[in-house]
Amino acid sequence: MSREIAILNGTVFDPTNRIFGERMDIFVKDGKIVGSASSKAQRIDASGKVVMPGGVDIHSHIAGSKVNSGRLLRPEDHRKDVEVKTPTTHSGVGYSIPSTYTTGYRYAKMGYTTVFEPATPPLKTRHTHEELDSTPIIDKGCFPLFGNNWFVMEYLRDGKVEECATYVAWMLKALKGYAIKIVDPGGVEVWGWGKFLRHLDEKVTHFNVTPREIIRGLCKVNRLLNLPHPIHVHTNNLGNPGNYTTTIETMDTVRDMANGSKPIVHITHVQFTGFSGSSWLNLGSGAPEIAEYVNKHGHVSVDLGQIIFGDTTTMTADGPFQYFLHMLTDNKWVNMDVEVETGSGIVPFQYKRSNYVNAIQWGIGLELALLIKDPWRVFMTTDHPNGGPFTYYPRVIAWLMSRKARERTLSKINRTARRRLTLPSIDREYTLEEIATITRAAPARSLGLKNKGHFGLGADADIAVYDINPSDMDVLRRKPAKLRRAFGQACYTIKNGAVVVRDGKILKSPFGRTFYVESQTKPEIESNLLRSIETRFRDYYTVGIENYQINESYLRYPAKVRCEAEI
Amino acid sequence: MGLEESTFRDVVCTVCGCCCDHLEVTVKEDTVVKVKNACAMSTSKLLNYMNERIMKPMIRRRGRLSGCSYRDAVDAAAKILLKSRSPLLYGWSLTSCEAVEVGVELAEEVGGFIDNTTSTCHGPTILGVHEIGESSSTLGEVRHRADLIIYWGCNPIHAHPLHMSRYTLLSKGRFRKSRSERTLIVVDVRRTDTAKMADMFIQVEPNKDYELISALRAAVRGDEIEQDEVGGVPTDLIEEVAEMLISCDFGALFFGLGLTMSPGKSENVDAALSLVRDLNSKTKFVIIPMRGHFNVNGANNVMTWMTGYPYAIDFTRGFPYYNPGETSAVDLLARGECDSALIVASDPVSNFPYKATCNLTSIPLITIDPHITPTVLCSDVVFPSALVGIETSGTVYRMDGVPLVARKLVEPPRNIRSDIEILRDILRRYRNLKRLGR
Repeated sequence: MSREIAILNGTVFDPTNRIFGERMDIFVKDGKIVGSASSKAQRIDASGKVVMPGGVDIHSHIAGSKVNSGRLLRPEDHRKDVEVKTPTTHSGVGYSIPSTYTTGYRYAKMGYTTVFEPATPPLKTRHTHEELDSTPIIDKGCFPLFGNNWFVMEYLRDGKVEECATYVAWMLKALKGYAIKIVDPGGVEVWGWGKFLRHLDEKVTHFNVTPREIIRGLCKVNRLLNLPHPIHVHTNNLGNPGNYTTTIETMDTVRDMANGSKPIVHITHVQFTGFSGSSWLNLGSGAPEIAEYVNKHGHVSVDLGQIIFGDTTTMTADGPFQYFLHMLTDNKWVNMDVEVETGSGIVPFQYKRSNYVNAIQWGIGLELALLIKDPWRVFMTTDHPNGGPFTYYPRVIAWLMSRKARERTLSKINRTARRRLTLPSIDREYTLEEIATITRAAPARSLGLKNKGHFGLGADADIAVYDINPSDMDVLRRKPAKLRRAFGQACYTIKNGAVVVRDGKILKSPFGRTFYVESQTKPEIESNLLRSIETRFRDYYTVGIENYQINESYLRYPAKVRCEAEI
Repeated sequence: MGLEESTFRDVVCTVCGCCCDHLEVTVKEDTVVKVKNACAMSTSKLLNYMNERIMKPMIRRRGRLSGCSYRDAVDAAAKILLKSRSPLLYGWSLTSCEAVEVGVELAEEVGGFIDNTTSTCHGPTILGVHEIGESSSTLGEVRHRADLIIYWGCNPIHAHPLHMSRYTLLSKGRFRKSRSERTLIVVDVRRTDTAKMADMFIQVEPNKDYELISALRAAVRGDEIEQDEVGGVPTDLIEEVAEMLISCDFGALFFGLGLTMSPGKSENVDAALSLVRDLNSKTKFVIIPMRGHFNVNGANNVMTWMTGYPYAIDFTRGFPYYNPGETSAVDLLARGECDSALIVASDPVSNFPYKATCNLTSIPLITIDPHITPTVLCSDVVFPSALVGIETSGTVYRMDGVPLVARKLVEPPRNIRSDIEILRDILRRYRNLKRLGR
């Protein structure tokens, strides 16, 4: 039996196919977008409503060992936000770190259908997959961490880029990972000794390699392997005043490798690395400088890491930063260093409007979104849960679309911060097509997901219908609460051709797929490499190589993305 | 898995929280005949797992347990759960994560309580983490970097026999090549076999751990200690130890039930976590609990991602609620709040306090276990199950959270199913009966 759906008379936003608010019908058959449907199709009347592809979140910490440590750390986070079991949903808890079922449901209710977990310690990636498999509805994937990996640092120190590429290709295949994630390159290894690393050209203790060499090396590796997504970088110096220069330096360090207009480096949660000034007292926004750089250079894309005022749980693979945050706040702190590869830290945090630094941070995120001209290279995230829970996306959308929404918040934030931000003078208001770009089309393109984020024939039938009448946009901009409600509760979410949400209620919850890449290098190169790492594996790890690898059959619904390696 | 002899390499051990993954197991005619690289506990388990097995499902009829069909047992178990208002689902630390996942779903479906053995071992550790957090690492970090190792209230030589050789004192790491590059301090109430290997043994008076850790914290901070001794340990020695803690490059503190189950419980752990946290402002220090069962950490992890809480979860309100001391197994049973129980891979009748055991044996009791245990003998419905890591495969979490797959090595005896299968069948039957309104 074929499943057919006809979404009729909606106002469609599909920036990939240059459809900007046209009144048209969308047809679905067997989980794909098709050109027409039979009379038996389920009809959905979308007149007076906006139809967009399902949302794609490029960076959201939803699964894996540090997310679960965060859940374990904070029963107080769960008590204030519970979901009761219903005939169609499991129960769950969690405000900033929801349990797995709740995560899937809440994304689907907002019309999001694809989410990527952006930091998985390779040794614990099996855990990440277990949680992703327990998260319903959404399609997903994960980015293994490479920026402090001993093998990578040794290959790059010795100038063995091709060996490094072969190793990375093998790792992605062995772990079922999707992209190269770099967090505080070199800095987390140094944190293994409780020390800090501050500059791009500072040598990593015992490894004789610099963060700059790691970033450049992995960028070359990414190109040799033709991976669908560029290197995904959390820069050094995150959270330190003046770190916007590190961000620009990091972007610039790979400029000469640019290949046409396609971004080759993605700087993530750039708000956290967008601080100007030399101390907390004169902290300012580095957003104008970063935006200027991004506007001039096509080889970079960024996502926001927008903060939301209120309570949340910060968690990153950047162990030293989390320690710093613990010392700053005196809040409870989890640290977890992972042998050979990475570390992580967790600290609960409260962003306060009245706090000067937090108010500046809030401004930096929005300034970046509004000052970067090309919506195809800036994606909306809160770096969930670091800037705030993903459930606050509608609020971010409202800030971007409505000057009035921004002014309302501006009027309540720290006065000195307000004076020092550029934000009050920015008039730009995002249009619906720009929102559709930064929340679905652009992240899908950046991830190289050809069938996501658009309505071309044959694309995955992941669709969100929102109760927004585009002809009322002027009214909505004056009443941002309505905008927030509309984006917070999709009228319909269709995932893989099935209606999973109607009027903000979950109707059913099938499980989505897990994407991973396979960039096949030449078999003889791979077997040579395997021989060489096998001998070192037991010396480096406390587990054997056989037990390290994850079979495809371990994943519930694996979806392999193939690419051609140049080696 | 036929008649020929075959050897499995890199086998994951399913005894303690070390989850050693370097075992070599030789199998012939579906029987384990040889085990290499394993400790005595592991070898013994692998060679003797067929002893005292239950071979068929049983139901209690007229006061006696007697064999029955699998279908009848599933039906009886589902009916017990259907009749009961607040069932307790307990155990879970000696089975796979996949089985725990079905267990949580069943607990939610029946609206009962689910708890794992954490509540009687490292529960206080988790309560401490809720308060303080923890500065931790995987065991490989300790192997590569640690020059100072402390075992506090634990005796790995007997309880985690390969812990020292694979991960700590005797292991060879990248930056620490041999025993001589590491210092071992053991704190215990008696001179254990582990203590005999120590460079420094500190004998703390029973039940004075909290005081001693607090004094150490004070010394680490540079505060003066006015007493001559704390917990039976001279102040000079405390100050000397504090100096050793501060001046190491990378320290690791391992602790066991000596800390979690002596008076003070979570407060002891709270103090230890705080000590390690404080030390990180002076050097690098990590703390790792010596988890007992091979998958107790996995049970905590699965319950946490599914419900937000690691153990002692109450589904009676329709959403997960957590309050150890109120919703943990021993407390529920002691108060007589449960009207039926499902025990998976655990033996509470042997281990629980008298009053809790009395109540447990007076309510309808379902047990899923490979072996004959006192709990099995007190049960009303018994399912024999396959052993994870020997007769069926499954994911397990090492004490430091490294997930591993414990593989199937031999076929289980005829008609013996895995925990997952049994739990799924009970869940399915329960849903069917509920739909039919029986």
